[in-house]
Amino acid sequence: MSVASVSVRNLRKSFGEIQAVRDVSFDVEKGTVLGLLGPNGAGKTTTIRMLTTLLEPDGGTASVEGHDVLTHPDEVRRIIGLAGQYAAVDENLTGWENLSMVGRLYHLSRADANERAVELLEHFDLSDAADRRLATYSGGMRRRLDLAASLVGRPSVLFLDEPTTGLDPQSRLALWQSIRELVSEGTTVLLTTQYLEEADRLSDRVVVIDKGVVIEEGTPEDLKSKVGVDVLEIRIAHISEVNKAAAALRSTGAAEVKVDFALNQLSMPLESMGMLPKAVRALDVAHVEIDDLAVRQPTLDEVFLKLTGHHAESTV
Amino acid sequence: MVWSDMLTMVERNLLQYVRIPQLLIFSTIQPVMFLLLFTYVFGGAIRSGGSYIDFLLPGILVQTAVFGAMQTGIGLAIDLTKGLIDRFRSLPMARSSVLTGRTAADTMRNVFVVLLMLAVGYAIGFRIHGTISDAMTAFAILLLFGFAFSWVSACVGLLVRNIETAQVAGFIWVFPLVFASSVFVPVETMPNWLAAFAELNPVTVTVDAVRALLLGSGDVASRAGGAWAALAYAAGIVALFSPVAVYLYRRDV
Repeated sequence: MSVASVSVRNLRKSFGEIQAVRDVSFDVEKGTVLGLLGPNGAGKTTTIRMLTTLLEPDGGTASVEGHDVLTHPDEVRRIIGLAGQYAAVDENLTGWENLSMVGRLYHLSRADANERAVELLEHFDLSDAADRRLATYSGGMRRRLDLAASLVGRPSVLFLDEPTTGLDPQSRLALWQSIRELVSEGTTVLLTTQYLEEADRLSDRVVVIDKGVVIEEGTPEDLKSKVGVDVLEIRIAHISEVNKAAAALRSTGAAEVKVDFALNQLSMPLESMGMLPKAVRALDVAHVEIDDLAVRQPTLDEVFLKLTGHHAESTV
Repeated sequence: MVWSDMLTMVERNLLQYVRIPQLLIFSTIQPVMFLLLFTYVFGGAIRSGGSYIDFLLPGILVQTAVFGAMQTGIGLAIDLTKGLIDRFRSLPMARSSVLTGRTAADTMRNVFVVLLMLAVGYAIGFRIHGTISDAMTAFAILLLFGFAFSWVSACVGLLVRNIETAQVAGFIWVFPLVFASSVFVPVETMPNWLAAFAELNPVTVTVDAVRALLLGSGDVASRAGGAWAALAYAAGIVALFSPVAVYLYRRDV
């Protein structure tokens, strides 16, 4: 039987009139990654804040490694790490001072805290910037230091609130790599994200929430099989050929062919990868000149449209 | 744990002055300007009975301590908006240490600023006429008074949760207290209704006690009485505002 590291049952939280979290339940198995996926205002951050003892739930229960967040917050704080949107670092101190301070607040001795700081700076490739004030750090460096700070106490459960929002693609990939390494060492990770790709690439399981309620749960594969599939986008060279192109794509048996006149672009879902060569061949036979061609994953908005019938609008 | 966490926070709050010395320099320019402007611009027109710099400097020291205390609320508002308070609240540290570490660090910074003001005062003619032990008592009262106001300021910062508002709100409660007091002029020169407020104002009580101790005015009993009154005021303010600050800090939003 698998063991739940994080267990959430019917969690609720309101701010005045606004019900940020209405009914959220899920489990995160030990040593796995759970992706909490949803648009802005879905209740992701509020859920994380309750699980990390920053916020008291109005109702429901939540525990981390068996410690109830409401009745035993101190035990929870000892075994968790928090990084992302709402955790931060001190601008006025150096990278090394920041980590060493956090180490001492975990009650490491001064020597141990210093040693841990050096170790983490090395690991996150920040050794050269160790003695620089954070004000001089780039966004990516700051995020790495933030993640390092969340790891000072060697947490068994790590909470990451939109860890890659606002990062450039390279920093994002590097951060994903760090998260994978942590998981391979046995850390349990709960991360929130607005990006389907991030949830897909990192998570063992995905929980989709919308307006404070869980609307879908499963492996990334489950989710994809439910909400479809990759999308083929084709830009044609001459807009006059659009009807010819659409007819050619329909002949492949595509469920739906969409035309975007502004972009000279047609798109269709790829039920299987076999449909890709079929589509290209059909266009070739019809003598449609292709300007550009791309396969992309469905966006969060498309997922939401499929799951809920409405767009992933932000409620805040 | 409570103690060591507090010291870690004190260290963190003081380190910023090492990293960015400008912060300290700017917080000393304002009181120095007040001292010079009042001495040379208004000093000739204010009848204080005796040398105006001797009258003014003890008041300026109290004003400096109170203005310094405003930093507590601003610092907390900065930590709140930058998300640092969230990090601290997710750590297994004593929750009170964020507040005690901040008020203690601001009191230590006040030690530096008050000593500097004393040095500037000496340069322009101020002299301590009282005994060494009275001067030490005056110094202790000053710091305790600044510490007490740090707690008031902490409440303001935690209530408004916004850096700019914390700065403006700070001036709204600090200015009337500092000006409607015996800092710059003798209370007797004010209209009756204002004098009545100024007499009760904790700033007046503190300034009068510090002034008597530094200048050696009055007899031993009146100096001791003034000192006790000032200490009682400061202790009362801490007793009243520190639980409120702790409550505001724990309250989650």
